[in-house]
Amino acid sequence: MRRLLNDPYDVVEEMLEGFCRAHSEHVHLYEDDGRVVVSNLAPVKNKVGVIIGGGSGHEPLFLGYVGENFADAAVIGNINTSPSPESCYNAVKAVDAGRGCIYLYGNYAGDVMNFDMGAEMAAEDGIRVETVTITDDVYSSENIADRRGVAGDFFVFKAAAAKAAMGADLDEVVAAAKKANDNTRSMGVALSSATHPATGRAMFELAEGDMEIGMGIHGEPGVRRGKLQNADKVVDEIMSYILPDLPFEAGDEVAVLVNSLGATPLMDLHICYRRVAQILDEKKIKIYSSLVGPYATTMDMFGMSITLMKLDSELKELLDYPCNAPYYVKK
Amino acid sequence: MAVNSAKLIEIINLIADDINANKEFLTELDSAIGDADHGINMSKGFKAVTEKISAMADKDCGSILKTTGMTLVSTVGGASGPLYGTAFMRAGQVVGNKTELNYDDLLVILEAALAGIKMRGKAEKGEKTIVDALEPAVEVLRSSSSVDAKLFEKAVEAAKDGVEYTKGIIAKKGRASYLGERSIGHQDPGATSTYIILAAIHKALNEKSS
Repeated sequence: MRRLLNDPYDVVEEMLEGFCRAHSEHVHLYEDDGRVVVSNLAPVKNKVGVIIGGGSGHEPLFLGYVGENFADAAVIGNINTSPSPESCYNAVKAVDAGRGCIYLYGNYAGDVMNFDMGAEMAAEDGIRVETVTITDDVYSSENIADRRGVAGDFFVFKAAAAKAAMGADLDEVVAAAKKANDNTRSMGVALSSATHPATGRAMFELAEGDMEIGMGIHGEPGVRRGKLQNADKVVDEIMSYILPDLPFEAGDEVAVLVNSLGATPLMDLHICYRRVAQILDEKKIKIYSSLVGPYATTMDMFGMSITLMKLDSELKELLDYPCNAPYYVKK
Repeated sequence: MAVNSAKLIEIINLIADDINANKEFLTELDSAIGDADHGINMSKGFKAVTEKISAMADKDCGSILKTTGMTLVSTVGGASGPLYGTAFMRAGQVVGNKTELNYDDLLVILEAALAGIKMRGKAEKGEKTIVDALEPAVEVLRSSSSVDAKLFEKAVEAAKDGVEYTKGIIAKKGRASYLGERSIGHQDPGATSTYIILAAIHKALNEKSS
């Protein structure tokens, strides 16, 4: 195992301690619950509370996007494991400003059960909590409602949080989140497994020199496994699934995210991005904005995902809205 | 059989021991079709349970079961936390303020647990989940007008068969469902932990009578 850890059972607590210390100008841990990372500005007066969350191991996903005009809180579970209902509920208590809250997270069975129980607890207190689950991973199911959430989480969080920051009510924030999710598609490739801190072993088997196209961020199986190919061929294959799925067509404008699953160098990511841009140019799809880097990872997994979000004037405005969080700043 | 609150705590402790002893095995099963954490999280959750209920021998059985459920929900996480947590909380509700339980209560407890799991997980039999081990066991207990040690032994056997049955079917719930046909050939970790729990209860009850 090539990881810098102490007691494997303390990884989440130790990470959170370090994170909140390092980014103390943005966030702190909720006093009653060490698994709720709260923006120093929350609760923001007259604003719908934006709560994101899920299992650990995808950093900077979730906790890195808590801050000004972004999420008000992130609820943090164990590695690859949903947070508890109690923590989901505590996040509501921490950020609700009287206009209700929205839960945003990737569509996984465990997260759905826990966040639903959290929302039920909040409802008993008379606080309205709505949920939008993110379903951007095109290969995870034919049925869109059953799809998983991956790096597209970022775009949906950004859009919904901007809408809330503009003063929208809960229904409007929910509508913005749904619209963002409906227009976002992702797919990835894994070249290696991540190491689970508790077992010290690979989370799944993937032989050196092999790749799996379409694999999920917890090692969920993809389209096919085969010999590793060059960057252009891998990007071509991934784009061949993403583009027809929405579909993205000539004349569309998109935001692009080429995301590292953790261990992939920026060099490789930009080589992949270059190919994505070539393909979009060929298809006469206009790139409005681009992000390249680690936005939703799986610890030390080697791999990459591509996310496209089709934009209209509202979604552009939401993506462009200024925000200031530890791992994303928009001026 | 008469299980008082102290004995109930003993039974739950034995469940915790057996889950902990099978931690690696459950995690291995989960790494084949899930996300390789079932054993780790269940073991951690039941460890927290044993600490929480250790001083509850003077409380009624319903409170002990409810505390067990709430602790599992808050410590196990994932899907297993809400599922097993809901199961124990529902069991606590039906037992209420009883301070002694018998085999007929065991049927009522397991029926409530099954209903809770099906509600929370929106699951039915044949989807490669906990239900595939628990429902056959409950069906065996329901098959007779009264429950005794022999019948419960058969119920545990039925749960074991249920675990075997999960090897041959496609997962329809949770992360394993993403595998589609590739989930065939692997036994379900949740069904397996349910069998381990039922077998531990059986073992604990037999210790009492011997």
